[in-house]
Amino acid sequence: MHTAAGVEACLPIRSDMDLVWVRQHVRQAAARLGFGLVDQTKLVTAASELARNTLVHGGGGQLEVSLVTADGVSGLRLAFSDSGPGIPDLERALSDGYTSGDGLGMGLGGARRLVHDFEVESVPGSGTTVRVTSWVGRPPRPREEV
Amino acid sequence: MSEGFSRPVAGHVPVLRLGDVLLVTLQGDLHDSTAQQLQQDLSETIAHSRVTGVVIDISGVEIVDSFLGRVLAEIAAQAELLAARTVVAGMRPAVAITLVELGLTLPGLRTALTTEAAMELLAQPIVSSRSGGLRQGSP
Ligand SMILES: Nc1ncnc2c1ncn2[C@@H]1O[C@H](COP(=O)(O)OP(=O)(O)OP(=O)(O)O)[C@@H](O)[C@H]1O
Ligand SMILES: [Mg+2]
Repeated sequence: MHTAAGVEACLPIRSDMDLVWVRQHVRQAAARLGFGLVDQTKLVTAASELARNTLVHGGGGQLEVSLVTADGVSGLRLAFSDSGPGIPDLERALSDGYTSGDGLGMGLGGARRLVHDFEVESVPGSGTTVRVTSWVGRPPRPREEV
Repeated sequence: MSEGFSRPVAGHVPVLRLGDVLLVTLQGDLHDSTAQQLQQDLSETIAHSRVTGVVIDISGVEIVDSFLGRVLAEIAAQAELLAARTVVAGMRPAVAITLVELGLTLPGLRTALTTEAAMELLAQPIVSSRSGGLRQGSP
């Protein structure tokens, strides 16, 4: 039941320089919305993981930042999309420690724990979109849910 | 041998030598390539300068993601093989909370709350046995 208040920004993700912009932009947007320091840090860290996946596994793409509200609560929604190879086995990709490269395999599952809402849309062969949303002032999700 | 001079190792990461210890100060938002460059350069510097300790001050770092976490753990592991101990100092509380939630508890890393405490830690004789690199936390 969100009312998207429109796309606030659209950022390219094509280099590790872009990852720096993504982190800075998300930090500023989250601070402006009123997220506390810990919640800002969690959201920026999740964004960094997801943007790096877009770059490294998806071959580059973009981030769409939107401000959303639901029942008077503001949130920040981040949509990372690429037209890379897609994720064939999402369950496996989300499990801690699974990596198809030489990473630690903590990025995707870890990012999911750091945000309130998390969804992945992935079509093998045509790309991946990961959409996450965090809400100002809402406590973290209980552990069992994640 | 206390040549307290600044010796730039990589990009804009200042590395200072204080006696037998290299003090590395990370600040702001690091590019992946800068972090990787630092990792490479540091092992050479350690081998050259024969320091016995490395302190990495991250009090100016706003986020540590899995990439930077891995770089820190690998720097510590490399230093260990070159007979130097590494202490990561000054992690912000928000960063620590986030790292645990992310699942990166970095068990192989020695930490201290301040660079002074890190220096003291390095001045003590070795007590703990060598611990492995990076392990993931349980889900
Ligand atoms: N945008 C994407 N496109 C295609 N595959 C992806 C994408 N994002 C993640 N994956 C797949 O999911 C796996 C797990 O991702 P995750 O971020 O957890 O680990 P990693 O990126 O391999 O390592 P780490 O993030 O810990 O450095 C990746 O190895 C990759 O196979
Ligand atoms: Mg990743």
